[in-house]
Amino acid sequence: MAEEYVIEMLHITKEFPGIKANDDITLQLKKGEIHALLGENGAGKSTLMSVLFGLYQAEKGVIKKNGQEVKIKDPNDANRLGIGMVHQHFKLVECFTVLDNIILGVEDTKHGFLQYDAARKKVMSLSEKYGLKVDPDAYVSDISVGMQQRVEILKMLYRDNEILIFDEPTAVLTPQEIDELMEIMRGFKNEGKSILFITHKLAEIMAVADRCSVLRKGKYMGTVDIANSSKEELSRMMVGRDVTFKVEKKKSEPGEVVLKVENLVVASTRHNNNAVKGVSFEVRRGEIVSLAGIEGNGQTELVYALTGLQEAKEGKITLCGHDITKASIRERSKLGMSHIPEDRHKHGLVLDYTLEQNMVLQRYFEPQFQNHGVIRNGEVRKYSMKLIHQFDVRSGQGPLTIARSMSGGNQQKAIVAREIDKNPELLIAVQPTRGLDVGAIEYIHKQLVAERDAGKAVLLVSLELDEVMALGDRTLVIYEGEIVGCFDHVEVEELGLYMAGGKKDEKGGIPA
Amino acid sequence: MKMKKPLAENAMLISILASVISIVIGLLVGFILLLILNPAKAGTGIGAMLGTGFSSLDQFGKVLYQAAPLMMCGLSVGFAFKTGLFNIGASGQYTMGAFFALIGAIMFQLPCGVCLLLACLGGAIWGLFPGLFKALFNVNEVITSIMFNWIGMFLVNLCLANMPLMLASAWGASNSDRTAALATANPGAIIPKAGLDKLFGNSSWINISVFIAIGVAILMWFILQKTTFGYELKACGMNKEAARYAGISANRNIVSSMVIAGALSGLGGGLYYLAGTIQYVLEKSILSMGFDGIPVALLANSNPVGTIFSSLFISYIKVGGSAMQPNFSSETINIVIAVIIYLAAFALLVRGVIVKILKGKKERGVK
Repeated sequence: MAEEYVIEMLHITKEFPGIKANDDITLQLKKGEIHALLGENGAGKSTLMSVLFGLYQAEKGVIKKNGQEVKIKDPNDANRLGIGMVHQHFKLVECFTVLDNIILGVEDTKHGFLQYDAARKKVMSLSEKYGLKVDPDAYVSDISVGMQQRVEILKMLYRDNEILIFDEPTAVLTPQEIDELMEIMRGFKNEGKSILFITHKLAEIMAVADRCSVLRKGKYMGTVDIANSSKEELSRMMVGRDVTFKVEKKKSEPGEVVLKVENLVVASTRHNNNAVKGVSFEVRRGEIVSLAGIEGNGQTELVYALTGLQEAKEGKITLCGHDITKASIRERSKLGMSHIPEDRHKHGLVLDYTLEQNMVLQRYFEPQFQNHGVIRNGEVRKYSMKLIHQFDVRSGQGPLTIARSMSGGNQQKAIVAREIDKNPELLIAVQPTRGLDVGAIEYIHKQLVAERDAGKAVLLVSLELDEVMALGDRTLVIYEGEIVGCFDHVEVEELGLYMAGGKKDEKGGIPA
Repeated sequence: MKMKKPLAENAMLISILASVISIVIGLLVGFILLLILNPAKAGTGIGAMLGTGFSSLDQFGKVLYQAAPLMMCGLSVGFAFKTGLFNIGASGQYTMGAFFALIGAIMFQLPCGVCLLLACLGGAIWGLFPGLFKALFNVNEVITSIMFNWIGMFLVNLCLANMPLMLASAWGASNSDRTAALATANPGAIIPKAGLDKLFGNSSWINISVFIAIGVAILMWFILQKTTFGYELKACGMNKEAARYAGISANRNIVSSMVIAGALSGLGGGLYYLAGTIQYVLEKSILSMGFDGIPVALLANSNPVGTIFSSLFISYIKVGGSAMQPNFSSETINIVIAVIIYLAAFALLVRGVIVKILKGKKERGVK
């Protein structure tokens, strides 16, 4: 019964230098189902989808559509076969309108002029039919991340795609937006469209998927019916062992103040207003303070000001008793600040450096690693090997792997390893588990708690509510550049209200 | 047991193979061009281009002599590239270096070593300005350094025209459009030949400059590859934001990088004009040596050690080119040289093709 499947990927093998990203993987997608694809970072999910979407060519294996073998050489081929993809990082032209973006590449023209009317009609009817609210005339640079994603989805629908690939679509969304997306996906299913849904979040799979295929280290682990499965079973298949979902931690015993922020004002990187408007809070030794908030409410600028990447306009920052408001990045680092940056490609890594070169990015100038300005390669190698083993950073060629060729999760692990091993007084972790699988998340969470238990101060900035709730000994909520709440313990719904600006406490970030 | 690496994975060998193939393709296309332009003389023309460098020790000495300033300009451009800067101002820095060296040699009668240091200083100053403008005001270094090429050239001409002591006419010669010959003005400033001229059949060209340049190339390789300074420079070049995150001052590195790049070009000017064979002529066009540094650096992929070989190659075909003179116009020769260099830069592309072919073979072998 081969015709039962709308897409079949049979025995796909794809190799990169030093690593088999896909090793004999089979994926069969039924018509009208939501099929989740689950796996750790570096398990080969993105590679497999890139093969299906024509971005990579597999060395071995065949792809069939409705039982017919097809060759997909580039995304245009994929598009002709009705395969569409929403990438994890959106592929939109920022200075084009929503409508321009949707029709880009398939635009109708008459005598060389664009014909918008029919396109607009089609977009609006699709938008209405599936509840994908967009403003067709808004510029992409002005709209929210959620709406950008809806634009990406409309792009697929506009091209009459029947097979829709979603690559980690929920990573950038708020809880409410995630619920909406789930509804939209169910709507597609009812229309007979088939969905491939890549995610790390087991709860979402349980909520929306019909079946789930699991990959582990490039190998196919099997496909299960969600109705007869459980979170525990899925995570076991994915990581090969049992995973605890609770973060084990003792009650915190906060000590002296390590970081003190007073009336901090920071200009926005995106508009002319201030992004951070007079924020005050403290982080003490032995506690994790988590900062919750919807993306774009000033978290980025706050962290930039704390770490020295951007100048503060007003206010005062004190680290271990030193006024660091005007200190350089290097000075802050030497005073004991570690920073796991939000954007690992922009800040965290020099992607064309090797793993070992990246491992000493914050410490290469220390006497351990240099002698009169000459780098002690032996020491660098030894040190990076130690971190690689200790933090289980996987890569094709060990310390000599070019960072760019590593999977996102392992890149992140490398950064976490580097920043934690610096033995800081204050660890600022921004989205430390973004895009990671449960195994890696569990590991990084444990490390953060261990840092806390070792008497370090930890400031965790995260968009993941689960993470904020599970790790934070105290939770601050930031909304439009102000701290609107500070809790020792809070329920999700309550937190959501504060994050969305529905509620506000006046006392700010200092515990009562 | 250690396995022998399959050819497809031996990156070094493939790179060399790719470069050789690209050069051969370049020569073929160059030959076709010659055939079109002057079919009767095409054979002798390409023969001259390929053979001259090795035809006599004297000519080979000339290849080595010209390779030295080329190497320095290539190192200069390549070094800046590694820091993410495009130093198109090598020509101006080279001119300044030559000027400083000649002032030291003729006006102040200084010995050769000091004159070479002055050459570095002159180039460094001319690299400093674009670096400062970039660091302080974020002015694109390409624009500044292009302007500084012209400023440098005219400034040097202006100065020399007003320094009668510098000109050949002050030292017993009749012409006043060029600087004095060092043999009469200050033989002590001429770069020593260290007996190489005997070895090269009394070649007038050869001296130790090419070895100085090779030494500097190795030094540059060491700085980039082995020192914290090189680590910082490359980090800035590859990812400025990450370098900033690591507490590296991008501005300081931009300035240092341009100063060093300038000093390298400047030294190139010193090496060329302190040989005693050539006098600086006051002309109204920018010296091409600095621009020739760009293909030298590109061919070597900015690798200092690779620069040694790419500069020798370009010097070789240039010497060959000048031997084609009576049969072909200098414009034609320059076109052919350009085609060869241009196609040689396709090495990266050819490399990809080789890897693909080898991989295909391997897979068919498996099946």
